Amino acid sequence: MLLSMALKSLLSRKISVLLTLFTFALSTALLLGVQQVREQSKAAFFGSVSGTDLIVGARSGPVQLLLYSVFHIGNATSNIRWSSYEKLDQDTRTDWTIPLSLGDSHRGHRVIGTSQAMFDHFRYGDNQPLRLARGTPFADLFDVVIGAEVAAQLNYALGDGLVIAHGSGNTSFMHHDNLPFKVSGILAPTGTPLDRSLLVSLQGLEAIHLGWRAGVPLPGLKVSAEQARNKDLTPREVTAVLVGLKSKLHTFHLQRALNQQRDEPLTAVLPGMALQELWQVVGIAEKSLLLVAAFALLTGLVGMLAVLLAGMQQRQHEIAVLRALGCPPWRIAALLLAESLLLSAAGVVLGVLLLQLLLLTLRAPLLDSFGIFLPPTFLSATQWLQCAAILLLGSLSGLLPALKGWRQARANHLIRHH
Amino acid sequence: MKPVLNIEQLCFAWPGQPPLIDIPSLQLHTGEHLFIQGDSGSGKSTLLNLIIGMLPGFSGQVEIAGQALHTLSRRQTDRLRADQMGILFQQFNLLPYLNLVENVCLPCRFSSARRAAACQRSQSPQQEAIRLLERLRLDVGKLQKRPVAELSIGQQQRVAAARALIGSPALIIADEPTSALDPGHRDLFIDLLLEEAEFCGSTLLMVSHDPALTTHFNRQLKLGGHS
Repeated sequence: MLLSMALKSLLSRKISVLLTLFTFALSTALLLGVQQVREQSKAAFFGSVSGTDLIVGARSGPVQLLLYSVFHIGNATSNIRWSSYEKLDQDTRTDWTIPLSLGDSHRGHRVIGTSQAMFDHFRYGDNQPLRLARGTPFADLFDVVIGAEVAAQLNYALGDGLVIAHGSGNTSFMHHDNLPFKVSGILAPTGTPLDRSLLVSLQGLEAIHLGWRAGVPLPGLKVSAEQARNKDLTPREVTAVLVGLKSKLHTFHLQRALNQQRDEPLTAVLPGMALQELWQVVGIAEKSLLLVAAFALLTGLVGMLAVLLAGMQQRQHEIAVLRALGCPPWRIAALLLAESLLLSAAGVVLGVLLLQLLLLTLRAPLLDSFGIFLPPTFLSATQWLQCAAILLLGSLSGLLPALKGWRQARANHLIRHH
Repeated sequence: MKPVLNIEQLCFAWPGQPPLIDIPSLQLHTGEHLFIQGDSGSGKSTLLNLIIGMLPGFSGQVEIAGQALHTLSRRQTDRLRADQMGILFQQFNLLPYLNLVENVCLPCRFSSARRAAACQRSQSPQQEAIRLLERLRLDVGKLQKRPVAELSIGQQQRVAAARALIGSPALIIADEPTSALDPGHRDLFIDLLLEEAEFCGSTLLMVSHDPALTTHFNRQLKLGGHS
């Protein structure tokens, strides 16, 4: 009976109630949406590399090594000698290695020199291997496998030719145009920086640098594809190495050995720890986003409270009538509380529906233009908790009008003459 | 038989003021209808607030249907009001979000005694509400669909009267119910109210400043100046 009366009372004030409901639903959707983006960006961040036990590069800080090897941000100050790489690859504790050679680009996208091991051993996200949407890994010296976003943005198909530019950035003036590459495969989307990269073999990368010294081509030394194929294409250096070990037990041991070795200064980091360290920095952004969303919710709550309290002014007569009928003050308070409870519950439900609708419509455009992949999941545990907290706050704010109504109901007058 | 309303030595004064209410003795039995006339400030509303149990701090005795108010807790007073009294205000009697019949049935939500009495007379509270509304010359079929706030003042007061009457409470208390009505509607309203109160076996206690209403009642009391 209480609920049906509360419902009828709310329905009789359609416009102000609907506006309040909408504000409430919007701020709920915003908060839950921010949480969704937070969780998924965090998952994507920590899923950039998985299954790798050590990342090895030239001597530098762990975060810097992680930035250029996994996120392709910035450049390495120096490289690892090929001999050091071979030594690491043949170490008895090593299961596999993925060499990475960075430094060139194609129309703003990083070109990574690597080996077949990339397709065999690289794991991302929840231990998922790389999958080719179309084509095959590079078989020929001048084959290139491109990331999903590169293919979509530059509209490349299998068999298309492309020219690699020397150095990174979009405005490189030096192109390896004597030796064009051919697209042999296109990667399925991964949600990692690899979507925005091009993969070539180390030997291919070596070939296009034949006849180059100190970053510039030697004049008059244009190498043709046929000439390149006949040269010794063993790389002289690599930028970083991803290492998988036979047993996790060796991780710290090998890390210490690499960090302390005398013949070449190297840095070996555990990806998980380096990711954690980097997240401490980038995580601030997502925390402030949550703060903004929390304030939006607070605004919604204050708005609801304002509407409820303004309504109390018009409801003095209603309270007097109910008191005359022998309705006890606590029941009047309960009626008012039930109204705010109904309102916030409806607001939360509407907010969740709004968010799902928004995600459904925005999923495709977000992936296409920003490379942000939002998997179709329902609410996470944290989001359920947030819903409960919003509901609790809504009911708590309903205590104020309820208290006001209770005090009015206990007043000593029902009948007043003016 | 016990009187519906029994007042003995009732005295009440607001703090720091001379006594406003001073009634040595007043008994009202079933079938008697009392008209209390008084000008502004004569203590009419104070007396009503005392009788309906909303104003404590009086001396003497007020008994409704055999229950002395000063012996009852707040909760028991609310219960007594729900079971034994039908209250009719000057205006704003109806809950705007309930329809005609729902408004009339309200007392049956708060009192099982009145619900039982309504069911005894008709099949259900709803049917009793429709019977009362039609007795008070309201076309339920036509008015049911409209929000109660759109009814005329005269119609609203008749809906409120039906609500006070439903479930046959012992005492119906009406506070200037006709002040917004023109004389023709006023007399019709009072006649209908008295007729139906008679039928239900309820006692009517009405307060007004208007001496013209005196003739409708078999008991009168004048407040203010000399009592």
